[in-house]
Amino acid sequence: MGSSEPTSCETIPITVEFSGGLEMLFSNKAKHAVAVPSIDPVTNSPFNIGHLIRHLVDNLITDDRTDLFVLDDHLRPGILVLINDADWELEGEEEYEIQSGDAILFVSTLHGG
Amino acid sequence: MDGEIGNGVMKTASNGVNEYENRRLTDDEFDRYSRQMIVPGMGKEAQLRLINSRVLIIGAGGLGCPAAQYVAASGVGTLGIVDGDVVEMSNLHRQVGHATSRIGMKKVDSLITHLKDLNPLPTYTPHPFHISSQNAADIISKYDLVMDCTDNAATRYLISDICVLLQKPLVSAASVQKSGQLIVLNCPPAQQGLIDKPYPPCYRCCFRKPPPPSAMVTCGEAGIMGTVVGMMGVAQAGEAIKILASNLHKPSTSTNPSAPPSENLCQPHLLLYTYDLASGIGPYTFRAAKMGGRKKNCFACGENSPSTLTLEGIKGGNPNYEQFCGLNAASTTLLPKEERITASAYHQAKVKGELPEHILIDTREKEHFSFGSIEGAVNLPFTTLLTKAFKIKRAGQEEGKAEDILPPQAKEVSEDAPILFVCRRGLDSQEAVEKFKELGLDKGGKRKIMDIMGGMKAWKDEVDPDFQFI
Repeated sequence: MGSSEPTSCETIPITVEFSGGLEMLFSNKAKHAVAVPSIDPVTNSPFNIGHLIRHLVDNLITDDRTDLFVLDDHLRPGILVLINDADWELEGEEEYEIQSGDAILFVSTLHGG
Repeated sequence: MDGEIGNGVMKTASNGVNEYENRRLTDDEFDRYSRQMIVPGMGKEAQLRLINSRVLIIGAGGLGCPAAQYVAASGVGTLGIVDGDVVEMSNLHRQVGHATSRIGMKKVDSLITHLKDLNPLPTYTPHPFHISSQNAADIISKYDLVMDCTDNAATRYLISDICVLLQKPLVSAASVQKSGQLIVLNCPPAQQGLIDKPYPPCYRCCFRKPPPPSAMVTCGEAGIMGTVVGMMGVAQAGEAIKILASNLHKPSTSTNPSAPPSENLCQPHLLLYTYDLASGIGPYTFRAAKMGGRKKNCFACGENSPSTLTLEGIKGGNPNYEQFCGLNAASTTLLPKEERITASAYHQAKVKGELPEHILIDTREKEHFSFGSIEGAVNLPFTTLLTKAFKIKRAGQEEGKAEDILPPQAKEVSEDAPILFVCRRGLDSQEAVEKFKELGLDKGGKRKIMDIMGGMKAWKDEVDPDFQFI
């Protein structure tokens, strides 16, 4: 399917938030309104969290240290993903298909005290 | 074993769990705890459970101080505190269980001094050393509930593993800079390896792998707001009191059917707290995220865990927690010798007038820089530097574009004048050198780019002892 397909042009609005120091990599801003395609243009499949992570690295990150967010094409260890305030492991992790209005929170785990 | 605590006489209930006799509170106890005992849901029975419980607080710092204050004040019977450090001046803005007059004292002794004055009724047990693979099981086995108030990932995994093996509930909190996190784990405790029904998670179930060392920040590096870590410590105490007062700390096994239902604790919530110094709208945000339960494939508590994690193994150094958290691998030297200069060599050359015209860039954050720097240094914070470098790379390296990253002062020196970097301790400055070379600012070697070894810490040690280093 080419990009002329109407479905791949549709975007869905979501909120992406960063916490625990990760906001530093995204223009020092905690909360971002983001529009993502409903269909991932590369794989032609419904846009999921895995696609979102790549999308954020390609479009939203403002810091050179991308390795503080992704390692080997996956989220780096030590970052929790919360989909509408639930651990992403309860929702299918990278496979979770993004819905309009979703709030996705990336939190780096803290160890200090 | 605890016959001397209170007047309670231990008896063994029919279900095999030790229970205490329902006794009259002493006048002291009655007076001291009256305001909390009349809160709906507390009452005499809950207070007696607190009085007959033993709590271990690991870490007597920013979390441990407020946690210990409230746990002690609430009337637990025994409070153990583990910490090997001594009180320092820089602790006191947040570690409010210590005191200016006790700087230099062991933290456990300092905190217990404070707690005894607050509430003399509990038994306080100092453990004046750091928790380790060798001593953790022996210490933790003497308590009913553990509070993780430590400051590093390796210790957090160790404590959780021991709590799984000894079936102790764990109230875990962490805090850095302006954020805090809190979660109740392993509560009520269930035998390692059971997966026949939902069980509560351990630390590894929620946080399977630690972040790489480069991504871990400490309070010493990133700073910490006293109220943020204090809030987390107090919340930790609240959870501990709740668990003990509700009898949730007893292992839930098929032989203990009296263990209360606790579906909600099998999928605990992670409390996230962020505090925003810049926000005028809301000074703080709390949110709670639902976490999963015990994981079938968890290394510490999952189906096959009895073959991967044992008390004997831990004592013998398996798993190796430092290695797991990558603490041995960190290298601190990135640049070859000829691209580096020591702080004292820089200073001597400057005094002798032998230093060529150059630009000195201090990459510390502006809060650090505000306390002073080397004369003539200009501030370009490391995060700003990386952001600018990233934008330039993304825009494509057009001619002249890379020069935009240079501070305006660079125009005052000749265009091939060397660039020197200095940071806090000597790592960011090396990365800055590499970044500038990537951008082609060394003009194929025509322009020298170097770093001052060991950063402003070395400057203080070698050149200027009066420098105010944070």
